[in-house]
Amino acid sequence: MEKTLEQKAPAAKAQESVTLTGGQVLLEAFIQEGVTTIFGYPGGAIMPIYDALYDYNEKLQHILVRHEQGAIHAAQGFARVSGKTGIVFATSGPGATNLVTGLADAMIDSTPLVCITGQVFAHLLGTDAFQETDVINITTPVTKWNYQVTDAEEIPAILAKAFYIAGSGRPGPVLIDITKNAQLQKMEFSGYTKCNYIRSYRPKPVVRNEYIEQAAAAINAAERPFVVFGQGVILGKAEEEFKAFLEKSGIPAAWTILGMSAIPTDYPLGVGMVGMHGNYGPNRLTNECDVLIAIGMRFDDRVTGRLDKYATQAKIIHLDIDPAEIDKNVKADIPVWGDCKETLPLLTALVDNKTHEAWHQKFKDCAERENEKVIQDEVYPTSDALTMGEVIRNLNELTGGDAIIVTDVGQHQMVACRYAEYIHSKSNVTSGGLGTMGFALPAAIGAAYGDPSRQTVAIIGDGGIQMTIQELGTIMQFKPNVKIMILNNCFLGMVRQWQQLFHEKRYSFVNIESPDFVQVAKGYGIPGNSISTRDKLRDALTTMLNHDGSYLLEVMVGKENNVFPMVPQGKSVSEIVLCREDMG
Amino acid sequence: MKKEFTITVYTENHVGLLTRIAIIFSRRKINLESVNVGPSEVEGISRFTLVINEAEEVVQKVARQIEKQVEVLKVFFNTDEEIVWQEMAMYKVPTKVIAEQVKVERLLRQYGANTVVIRNDYTVFETTGHKEEIDALAEALAPWGLIEFVRSARIAIIKASEGMHKAVLEFEAAEPSEPAVENEFLDKRDGVFTM
Repeated sequence: MEKTLEQKAPAAKAQESVTLTGGQVLLEAFIQEGVTTIFGYPGGAIMPIYDALYDYNEKLQHILVRHEQGAIHAAQGFARVSGKTGIVFATSGPGATNLVTGLADAMIDSTPLVCITGQVFAHLLGTDAFQETDVINITTPVTKWNYQVTDAEEIPAILAKAFYIAGSGRPGPVLIDITKNAQLQKMEFSGYTKCNYIRSYRPKPVVRNEYIEQAAAAINAAERPFVVFGQGVILGKAEEEFKAFLEKSGIPAAWTILGMSAIPTDYPLGVGMVGMHGNYGPNRLTNECDVLIAIGMRFDDRVTGRLDKYATQAKIIHLDIDPAEIDKNVKADIPVWGDCKETLPLLTALVDNKTHEAWHQKFKDCAERENEKVIQDEVYPTSDALTMGEVIRNLNELTGGDAIIVTDVGQHQMVACRYAEYIHSKSNVTSGGLGTMGFALPAAIGAAYGDPSRQTVAIIGDGGIQMTIQELGTIMQFKPNVKIMILNNCFLGMVRQWQQLFHEKRYSFVNIESPDFVQVAKGYGIPGNSISTRDKLRDALTTMLNHDGSYLLEVMVGKENNVFPMVPQGKSVSEIVLCREDMG
Repeated sequence: MKKEFTITVYTENHVGLLTRIAIIFSRRKINLESVNVGPSEVEGISRFTLVINEAEEVVQKVARQIEKQVEVLKVFFNTDEEIVWQEMAMYKVPTKVIAEQVKVERLLRQYGANTVVIRNDYTVFETTGHKEEIDALAEALAPWGLIEFVRSARIAIIKASEGMHKAVLEFEAAEPSEPAVENEFLDKRDGVFTM
């Protein structure tokens, strides 16, 4: 059914419409939204979209992953590094359910995604058709918004809403489920209008000056103010505003795992990472500050430790774009609702110029203690076995902190986040809130597309790599430049550490065997190497980094090394222990 | 300390929103004691009235999570002192019992029950009131052969809601709502193009 353009009003030239299928309209919308890269996997119910994609090969790069979970983690990596919205295609049924882990991960880590799932024909909904599953209801708790399209006419406006919702306010994943008939259906497409307003949706709360004033007064009166910042600084693209605030107020600032890289790791006012395996000073001194300024962070239990003993002495100022975060875990004395890109400069204007030297000295003293008791041994070990820390230290020395570091979940993640150095923002990609093993390999693929100008190094444990190892196939086929570093301790190390410390060393199913990773990589055409001694480490890392293209390096590290310091579960942040002997 | 709270939610009238709101409670294992959903006084905008037993601190957090949903316009939560509320119930009793038993007639008068339908075999009454009043009549009628009993969810008016109606009206007038989009194909088996 071809409709000619002549049938339309000749005067309205800009409004001229063309007849396109729903699938084509979707891709037109993507182009208008500036999409360049799609991570996906085809299947029956999304075939009309893939058919349309055949003609858009020049404009849209599609990366065929090996599993839909790989697609969504790749899109997350892409989004985290580029600051853009990640795009995922998956088919109905199992294709869609395979996205659930990634959606949950993106939801809790506020990553903007637009996921498109195919769905059975609209008239088959609810009939248990082949590969039909109720994707909308399965994904409702793990999406910021989702919607099922049953008519092609809905596509432009719904896509515009999807992009607006995913990327605005506190970002998050959006899923659009499109029935096959809507993908095939022809419609008159007369252009795409981006969405920047939804009447029921308030992406940013209105900034209230009285709270800014109260916050500034509290900060100015404080003797020991302390900043803990999260990913909100990065998501709000407020790195410069944040630095300006710190530099004027002179307040020591610690990052959460997701806030990491918003300021360079050697930034003078930065005092390290908070959290269960964060630095000694920022954890301990949380309970000594008199004003705690939380910026774009959500007081996760891994950050606060025992909540009723968390910063109870301090006045809490909480800056967040999401009003639901205020008072959720820690009651804010002064809630500063708003986008920190807007609130930070307002606050900076009102705070006094200070240096807080004596207070900074306390952090330095703690850092010295931690260095003596933990860090030296970890990064310059005298043991026979290699440590994860020395691997990261050598990596830092070779990359100069320029690399994007993607980590999986477990001991290697904690060690990497403790010791990796960063000079650029948006350089630390890790699964923070959900703790998704298997995240790193696909996320690193996405990260490499997100910023191809820099090295992407995926640091993965021997457990996590085996959860999504199939994505080596994606690397083989599309050749992104991903350096894969497996820190192999022959254990599910973090669980083993807990079993050692809290379960009388009853090692229950943490002893995991691995294949010959170098051979596996070789099978996928990816060169690699495996080392287990210190004398080979530096050269092996250099070879990996200098290799033109992806490379896999397995480093055999000490089997029963533990990550310290540690805030044991159920303990207060001030009860952080530096070594096993201190655990009592 | 847990107590009864009534949560009033103004929302868009969209498919799936009921689930999105309901799971905020079920995720926390909070039981919804009563749920009423329907068009609000302003066409195009829906109104949820939900009743839960929870501590105020929890209710406040839940309310913020509801308000965070893209298609939610506004959330209020109130204690029983802050609202005027009613429930409605219908009682189906054998007509013979009413005709013959003075006690039943007295009961119905006492509770202010209105007759909805009278048939030879049964009569349907309705009452409105608080849950306790409705429960009491149902209990009192039970020995007399209550055939069927049904109650509605709570509906509630917030005492201090000056300007709310006006605000909702103005909101809708500023940008009229779009009708809920439903699946037009469920009964068109052969009319849908398939491959």
